[in-house]
Amino acid sequence: MKMNKVKSPKQETVGIFRKRPKYDEEGRLIYYKKKKLIKSRVNRSVGGDAVMLFFLLLCGAFMAFPMVYAISNSFKPLHELWLFPPNLIVKNPTLSNYKDMFTILSNTTIPFTRYLFNTLFITITCTFLRIVSASMAAYPLSKWKFKGKKAVNKLITTSLMISAPAATYASYIIYSTLGLVDSWLVYLIPALGSSFSLYLIRGFVDQFPDSVLEAARIDGAGDFRIFWSILMPNMKPAWMTLIVFSVRDYWNTGANIYIYREELKTLNYALGQITAEGMARAGVSNAVEVLMMIVPILTFLITQSNIIETMATSGMKD
Amino acid sequence: MKKVTKSASLRRVERERKLGLTLFLGPFLVTFFIFTVLPVFVSVLLSLTDFNLLEFPNFVGLENYSRLFLNDTLFPKAVQNTLILAMITGPGGYILCFAFAWLINEIPPKPRAFLTLLFFAPSLSGGLGVVWSLLFSNDKYGYINAWLLEFGIIKEPILWTVNTDYMWPVCIIILLWSSIGTSFLTFIAGLQTVDKSLYEAGAVDGIKNRWQELYFITLPQMRGQLLFGAVLSITGAFSVGAAIFPSPTQDYTLYTLSMHLADYGGARYEMGYASAIAMVMFIMTYVANQVIRFIIGKLGK
Repeated sequence: MKMNKVKSPKQETVGIFRKRPKYDEEGRLIYYKKKKLIKSRVNRSVGGDAVMLFFLLLCGAFMAFPMVYAISNSFKPLHELWLFPPNLIVKNPTLSNYKDMFTILSNTTIPFTRYLFNTLFITITCTFLRIVSASMAAYPLSKWKFKGKKAVNKLITTSLMISAPAATYASYIIYSTLGLVDSWLVYLIPALGSSFSLYLIRGFVDQFPDSVLEAARIDGAGDFRIFWSILMPNMKPAWMTLIVFSVRDYWNTGANIYIYREELKTLNYALGQITAEGMARAGVSNAVEVLMMIVPILTFLITQSNIIETMATSGMKD
Repeated sequence: MKKVTKSASLRRVERERKLGLTLFLGPFLVTFFIFTVLPVFVSVLLSLTDFNLLEFPNFVGLENYSRLFLNDTLFPKAVQNTLILAMITGPGGYILCFAFAWLINEIPPKPRAFLTLLFFAPSLSGGLGVVWSLLFSNDKYGYINAWLLEFGIIKEPILWTVNTDYMWPVCIIILLWSSIGTSFLTFIAGLQTVDKSLYEAGAVDGIKNRWQELYFITLPQMRGQLLFGAVLSITGAFSVGAAIFPSPTQDYTLYTLSMHLADYGGARYEMGYASAIAMVMFIMTYVANQVIRFIIGKLGK
């Protein structure tokens, strides 16, 4: 059904917005106007809509509660944290928890900036590797004809069903046999073979019209040119989505059974050491939570409209 | 027309294809095989040995499996707990994801964008579980205990993470809360790509309310996203761990297969035995996935 849908040239949906182009008298495009997408829905009652909105806000409050709570707690002075009964919203906001956090972090044997650098390096490099490798593999796996293509695609679908802990010990043997243990290679190399990433991008490539690729080939473009100049720019929303999931995963990378050297460990690991003190560090641990949230949430906000568009096309097809 | 272009460029294309296939697919396929497929085969082999990380493994045949199924008193309990948790949090989380995505899609765009962020935010941050352990802390300074004491509902603090009466509900609430994430966002997106004209056509054809619309139009249109979400939910549900509870849990309540696996693999170094547990987990996940795929394939047909 989606394949047959003919896109009207006048409107283009971007996330939850609808782009509306304006033309001058001669039919040239002057500018795009972003217009909110308001659906004229059939089969809806006003009362039902109101009840739903109320219900959703209630559930949304529950979902977001721990987050709001962590933010609020991170600004609470120590005596307010143990108020009885506890306050949900902070009364006398203070930055002391954040100051404490940085004091603790500045007294670690390995400088705090080293952990930060480690996490940034792993997050950026691995995200980049995932995108490049998955996009390149998705092109032939979706658009080319070759022997064994069906089997490989089936294998990738099945591999999504293996839960990570189920193969931990076997993985460890493979990593140590290959000599990857205790180096960042344990993050970097497997990032090339992420089946989740491939699956996401392949769903998007599947939707890309064959006719465009054929036309390019007839014009004499080679596979690399087609991939780089046609496919990649058009898959921008796909890799934007992957950025969000990937940044979320790698940014939160904590203690790892493959990494022993302290100077190779991540920010989340270092911060975990602080929160491990439990009740005594409750205020600081909330500050830690907030600090760790910032990057993934910013990534989400920046790419939000792109995500929503991309996720729609990553359906499962065998 | 096709034949003309073929004869002109086919040979070049064919030559380029072989090289291209290696270059495009190579990096992914090699690493995918080494780090995703190979571990599964190694796990199968390990499960037939007595590997303990220190000594060279001896082949013991199906001994690990017979010990697991016949002599391990905790195994049936772990399987039972895993199945119950998976059956609650898997479909529960999945249905919640879909229900919220669908409801959010029903409301106007501005609150929709805001609510999407509210619902997706928990899965963006890795360690919000800390807040749960503060809420369900066992002493009277745990927030829930404090509130209940304040309102006079209880007289002494409830031991949320130790008292076996409360562990299940607490665990399920936390797991459901944390299950709303990738699948939810997938569904949000899927709902937005359903061809809007179908709804109007449906109204003409006699669809009367939003429930009929959901069943006859929306669900069949979203089969791809539904399957994708199902794989994620099931895999997550079967590998469920202990949430905020100290492992091993009190009286082995909530003791799951992944905790059993971590115990034998991480604490006792009985890698062969742990691999046998891992195989059981994989097979359970795979079977559940096939069943769900079959059901979703039938939707709206």
